[in-house]
This record gives sequence, structure tokens and C-alpha cells, in this order.
Amino acid sequence: MPVSLTYLEQLEAESIHVLRETVAVFSNPVLMYSIGKDSSVLLHLALKAFYPAKPPFKVLHVDTTWKFREMIAFRDRRARELGLDLIVHTNQEGLKAGVNPITHGAAVHTDVMKTEALKQALDHHAFDAAIGGARRDEEPSRAKERIFSRRNASHRWDPRRQQPELWQLYNNRLGPGESARVFPLSNWTELDVWTYIARENIPVVPLYFAAQRPVVERDGMLIMVDDSRLPLRPNEVPQQRWIRFRTLGCYPLTGAVESRATTIEAIIAELADGRTSERQGRAIDHGSGGSMERRKAEGYF
Amino acid sequence: MDATIVGPAQRDLLRLITCGSVDDGKSTLIGRLLADAGAVPDDQLRNAVPSSANNGLPDYAMLLDGLQAEREQGITIDVGYRFFTTPRRRFILADTPGHEQYTRNMATGASASDVAIVLVDASKGLLSQTWRHSAIVSKMGIRRVVLAVNKMDLIDYRQRDFADIVAAYASMAERLGLSDVTSIPVSALRGDNVIRQSDAMPWYEGPTLLRYLETVEIADASGKPFRFGVQWVNRGATGFRGYAGTILGGRVRVGDEIAVLPSGVRSHVSRIVTFGGDLEAAQAGQAVTLTLAEAVDVSRGDLITGCEAPPHLADQFAADLVWLDDAPMLPGRPYVMRLGTATYTATVTELKHRLDMNTGAGRAAKQLDVNQIGFANLALDRSAAFDAYADNRNTGNFILIDRVTNGTVGAGMIRFPLRRAGNLTWQNFSTDRSARSAIKGHRPAVLWFTGLSGSGKSTVADAIDRRLLARGCHTYILDGDNIRHGLNRDLGFTDTDRVENIRRVIEVARLLADAGLIVLVSFISPFRAERQLARERLGADEFLEIFVDTSLAECERRDPKGLYRKAREGKIANFTGLDSAYEPPEAPDLHLRTADLSVEQEVELVLQSLRQRGILD
Repeated sequence: MPVSLTYLEQLEAESIHVLRETVAVFSNPVLMYSIGKDSSVLLHLALKAFYPAKPPFKVLHVDTTWKFREMIAFRDRRARELGLDLIVHTNQEGLKAGVNPITHGAAVHTDVMKTEALKQALDHHAFDAAIGGARRDEEPSRAKERIFSRRNASHRWDPRRQQPELWQLYNNRLGPGESARVFPLSNWTELDVWTYIARENIPVVPLYFAAQRPVVERDGMLIMVDDSRLPLRPNEVPQQRWIRFRTLGCYPLTGAVESRATTIEAIIAELADGRTSERQGRAIDHGSGGSMERRKAEGYF
Repeated sequence: MDATIVGPAQRDLLRLITCGSVDDGKSTLIGRLLADAGAVPDDQLRNAVPSSANNGLPDYAMLLDGLQAEREQGITIDVGYRFFTTPRRRFILADTPGHEQYTRNMATGASASDVAIVLVDASKGLLSQTWRHSAIVSKMGIRRVVLAVNKMDLIDYRQRDFADIVAAYASMAERLGLSDVTSIPVSALRGDNVIRQSDAMPWYEGPTLLRYLETVEIADASGKPFRFGVQWVNRGATGFRGYAGTILGGRVRVGDEIAVLPSGVRSHVSRIVTFGGDLEAAQAGQAVTLTLAEAVDVSRGDLITGCEAPPHLADQFAADLVWLDDAPMLPGRPYVMRLGTATYTATVTELKHRLDMNTGAGRAAKQLDVNQIGFANLALDRSAAFDAYADNRNTGNFILIDRVTNGTVGAGMIRFPLRRAGNLTWQNFSTDRSARSAIKGHRPAVLWFTGLSGSGKSTVADAIDRRLLARGCHTYILDGDNIRHGLNRDLGFTDTDRVENIRRVIEVARLLADAGLIVLVSFISPFRAERQLARERLGADEFLEIFVDTSLAECERRDPKGLYRKAREGKIANFTGLDSAYEPPEAPDLHLRTADLSVEQEVELVLQSLRQRGILD
């Protein structure tokens, strides 16, 4: 007698189903690769879904130029190892205007170097579907996001005009200029992602594991001094502390957590009795109420 | 140690839906379940502040805030998904609103669920919404129901009242065919019998809500006949040809004989390919890639099945239909249908009845409105392979998509195939349409004039007709007068009847064009979907959509038949342009802006277009 599938096997199969639907029904899909753990899982699922073929789409990284150095090194190594068709896009106008998270703040930097940059890349390559690693458990406004989600010609999301999504039947029809966002990891949680990474032995950026790193404490967050571009405020002296990251983004905007978890098993144990939500360390989410929802409506992934 | 406690990697997955309204304390129950199961991080738990409305107890409903707009309205307006894990199981909980107008959200959440929690307020007993929720649960194929009788604290935890509610629900459940009901008395606010056994109800000896959810058996499709939906043809490495898809029922082993539907060709499974290595066998729920021993033609949309217990193969079937869109379902209107991995054009040929959600009785209906559930016959443009939804939820469902808005407008559960169309075949006559048109000196065509009442459709059609007749062309005009007085005498002016009216006109025009004629159709034909159907039925080569574009104000000023005046006086209902919509063409073949053109100029434009298309020499 067959044993019923475990929940990880079910989540995996459903994500593979979604990836295959995307490739079958759209003419020019792209996988959004943010270098984080979710992207690593997404990429791994894509390798599985299309085996023995290679994933039949390009992989896009929107580079704000403020990512952790270890992220970029990891990205380039993985792209080489897997033979990925990697596109790296940076908003050149933003770069020329000198937009950065230090002087412009999290909101402006994210709008220009992430949201705007993403729209530029999607338009330039005429991608009709962008596959992302967002999960419904990350943040309340994402709990209601569909797996296949429609965006208008200016990439805006209208939460009031979402399509009902029943069974595993996805409505892929688009009007002129519209495009789709596809979220195969919608039903995964942070704990699922780590359990799966452990089970499948998936490589991730070392910053997820605890180590002694130079940090300053700023506005209640632990900010890692990743390079010399981070201006230190008076009385700020970088200290070596045992930290790790739960999510990865632009280093001046990404708070670390104090941790001694140097292995995946230790991370899973930490999460199992963890008492703070994953995106708590992200400066970008903490504007006024509904900040993430507004950002999503504007085209943030 | 409890034998059902397993390591994270071995846990299974239960999907459930909660049905009830804010008033029943549904959000509080879910918030309590999540919080007590440890699924709510401390920084979010801080949102559950004690409120005076709750007698100073923490308001767990606050944990479920989703979108900002909802927070402001104080209600949940869509389907939200919550996740939690216990040492025994991983859960996906669909949180849907209980308000009357939100049947569609419940149907969405229920479509994937194994278990439904039907919530009842102990102080109010069963309400009409309890019936509605249970009816949807039953229609959507959920077999296991928990009746959670909430707010037991408000009735002093009385066993007698609980027993009365349970007894009343039992008869409701029986009528709906819900055979597996477990009733639990709870107080979400105080946490009684949610996770913790209640001290206040020592008379209750059954499981707590969580204990039930952790131990209920999960339905497994691997015991059903083998079904595999082909999603994508994998031409991976040199010479490799595999079929990627998900197993929707049963099991498959290497060497099994299979049938590919709808073609019916047979072959054998030669490999079950996965990234982690080839498998000897696989079962329902797994996403794999199959290769076949014989070279047969297989493509996306096909259903691969075992040779025992084949699915139905038909182009018509009867189904339960849940309507999800604000625009009603109109019989005769073509919709895009997604059934499995294939796409069809489908129409409802007959709406048998709609369900009265308060009594469960079937009522005669001409259309289905949003949040209504009906039973209907549907016809597809070609044969599809499917099972009855009761036999396999994965291969007996479909969605309908509007062809103009691309919205998902309907969801269906198939009951049984209809074979009537199987007995009809096309007669092949020896004289074909090209032979007919050759003796007439022109090609057949349908000129479709659309526009508001009084826009001048008939005037320009008549002028063109005279010019064509003078050239020796064979023509015929179809307009409201000669069709509505005879063939369509039985039809009125509701949206449903308008759709049927146009469908018949399309078929008559088609027969006349088949006879080699140039047909001039002069109908308001207000809906894009029907004009698009006309284009598809008649073929783009022979079909010209001509938009006679006159402003509503000008039409009303002319009012040649006095109809606008009567409509304004309330003597005519559903008048196009006033209380019934006109959807102007987005890309007509010819756009006649009558304000800038004389009738003679309009005629010249049409004739010029006929020459360009080779319909006239």
C-alpha cells in the first residue's frame, strides 16, 4: 500500500504543477531571482519541474547595487554552476541620480531601485509572466494574493479585482498590455522552506547562518557594516556580534537577529519556538498601516 | 509518547475551511486556534489587544486583518489563507466571509478543502446562513463537517441547548447528504474545547476542535482509477519525449497499459521520470514526467488514464454551476472553459433550475446571478474526457471565463455526460457553397450592422441592398421586424432573451450565407460576446462588423418609432442605451460615424470594403 504523501511532498508537487502551467500557457515567462532562500527553493523546484530539460525561462535579478556582497558572489556562482540564463538589471537613471538608501531613505530607494527597476526590466524584455517566491505567510496583505495574479499595463495590482481561484484551475487569460505574477510558493511557510532546504540539501547564502559579523545598533535594528558606504553616526562603533539574517535585501535596510544557529537544524529549532515574524527586520514594511499593500498595488513584487 | 506525534518531515497536510460570520465569532475562533497552536509570532500577537467589546479579554479576531480596506470596513471581504503546524499535522485554513453575497468566496475556499468547520452561535441556534453554508459545503464535495457550536459561555455551557442544536443540524445534514458530522461545543473567546478540554463542560467527552483536526482521516485519491493530466510536453535531452503532469487519481507503474484521451490511442508507460531518479511507481498527488513505449501523439490537454474504469468522453454534460460574476450567466452565451489542462468553448444549453439557498428547492430560472448555484446542461466545441465530480474531484471540475473581460465567472462540478449530440452527424450534400457562389458572381458575406435603436442601421442597410441588387447580387436583409415577428416571437427583451435572439439570427445568417447570399443583418446586438460569437461562427473572411455610430442624444432626438419616448415614460423596460447596456465594438471592421457622413458616403465605404475583401469584383 502506498503511504500518503507528506505535507512537504504535497507542497512540492503543487508548486511544480504551478511552474509547469506557467511555462505551458505563457509565451515569455521569467523567474524573479532575489538570491534569498525562497528564490533558492524556487530555482530548485524549477530544476525538478522540467527535468531532464533545463528550466525553459530566463532568470532575472533586479540589482539595487546595495545588496550584501556575499549575495552577489553567491548569485554569480549559482548561475555558473547551473548554467542559468541570468539577466541582471539595475535602474540606470536611478543610479545616475545617485538614489541610495542612506540619503533617500528606504521608501524612495525601494520605489526607484526595486519597483521601478522591475517594471523597466519586465517591459524591456516583454515578459508576460513573472514567477516570484512570495509566500502568503510573510505579511497579512499577502495572505489574500492569488497564485496567478493579474497586473495591468502599468503593473499595478488591484486587490478588489482578483479572480476567484478554484481547485488547481488557473485563469491565465490576459488583456492587452496585462501581465501575470505567479507565486508557486504561496502555501509555504518560512519553516517549510527551511525544512525543505534541509531535506533537499539546497545551497543558500551563508548570511542565513550565524557568525560573528560587524554590526551597529540603529533605530532598534542590527545593521551589518557590509562595506564602507554605510556612514557611521556619532558614537556608533561597529561591534562583532553573533548574528544571522532571516531575510536578505539591501544591507542598510535589513536587520539581523542575534543567533548562534550555525546549521540548518539549529535554524529550524530556532524557528520552531521563534516568537517574531520573519519580515520584522525589514525597514521597508514599517511605514504607516497597510504599507506593504500600497507597495504591492504600485507594482512591488 | 503519543504515536501520532511525528517529525516535521513526516507530517501530512489537512486543508480546511471555516464557514460562519463575524457575528458567530468566526474570526475569534480562527485567531484563537492560530494563537494557541503557536502559529502567531509575538510581534503580531500584540495586535490582539483587550477590548471592551470582549469584556476586557484579548480580541483574537484582530490577528486576521488582511487588507487595509477591510480593516477600515471592519469585515473580511475575500478568501484568506492561514497556515499552522502542530506536532501532528500541517494545516492550510481558508478563511472566507459569511455574508450572503459571498457564496463565491466560500466556493473558492471550499474547492480545495477536506474538512469544513460550520460555525453556529449557541445563543442563536441554526440560522438560514447555516443552511446556505452547509449546502455549499455539500455541493463542493466536502464530506467531513465539524459543527462548532460557539459562545457556549453565553448560555452557561448548558448541555441541553447544545444537544438541541446538534439534533436540528442532523436533519439538515441528512437532507444535504453530509454523512460525517462531528459536533463540538466551544467558546472561542475563552478557549473552551478549542485546544484545551473545557472544565466548564465536563459533560462533553468528545475531542477538542484541534484534536479532531489532528486525527481526522484525510481523503486520498490514490485508490481511484488512474488519471494523469498532461500539462507540458518535455523534449528535454536528445531524443527524449516525456509528458509532464500531475497524477489526479490512482497509481501508475512502469509497464502499465494506458489510454490517451480524447484520441483513445493506447500505449504503455516506459519510464516515470523525476529529478531525483526514475520511479517504479507513483500515486495521486505526485508531479512526474511519463514516457511511453510506443510513439503516439500526446499533447497538453490530454488525459492519460488506465484502461480499466475509463472516464466519460462527451461534448455535452450536466453540471452544478456556481456563478461568481456580477454579470449574470446567460444560456447560449459562449464562455471559455478550463477543464483539466484543456481549454474549450462552452455554452449553457439549458438551465434546469437554480437552487433556492434558503429551502434547497430547485426553482425555474432563465439566468444565474452572482452567488447563485444552478444545475445546467453544457455543450462544448469538442469532446472532453472527465469523471463525475462525486467520483473524482480533480477530474470532474471546470471554470468558465468571460471572453471579453477574461474574468473567472463560473465554477462547475460535473454530474453526468449527455450523449444526445452523439447521434447527430452533419449531412454532406454534394453541392457546396463555392459552387453556389460561383453562379452568383460574388462571394457570400454577412454584413453585421450594430448600433443603438434609431442610429440608422436599417436605412444604410436598405440603401446598400438596393445598390447590390442593381449589380445583380443575391442579397437578403435580416432585421428585428422580420425575425422577431416570426422565428423569435417567443423571445422578450431580457438579457437572456437578447442572447438567444442573436444566437438564432447568427444561425439563420449562416444558412443564408451557405446558400451563397450576401446577408445584411440589422440588429442592435448590444453585447460584444454575441458579436464575437457571430464572427467565429461565420468565419472572419465572410463576416464584417459595421458599427453605425450615432450618439444616444441624436438617436433619442430622431426617435423614428417613438420608442425612446415610451421608454422614458416607463412603458418599455430593458431599453438599450437607457436601462440596458450597449457595448460598443472595440475594433469593428467598419466604423460609420453618422454625424460626419451622408448615407451615400456610408454606402460607398461599405462597397469599397466589399471590393477590398474580394467579396465583390
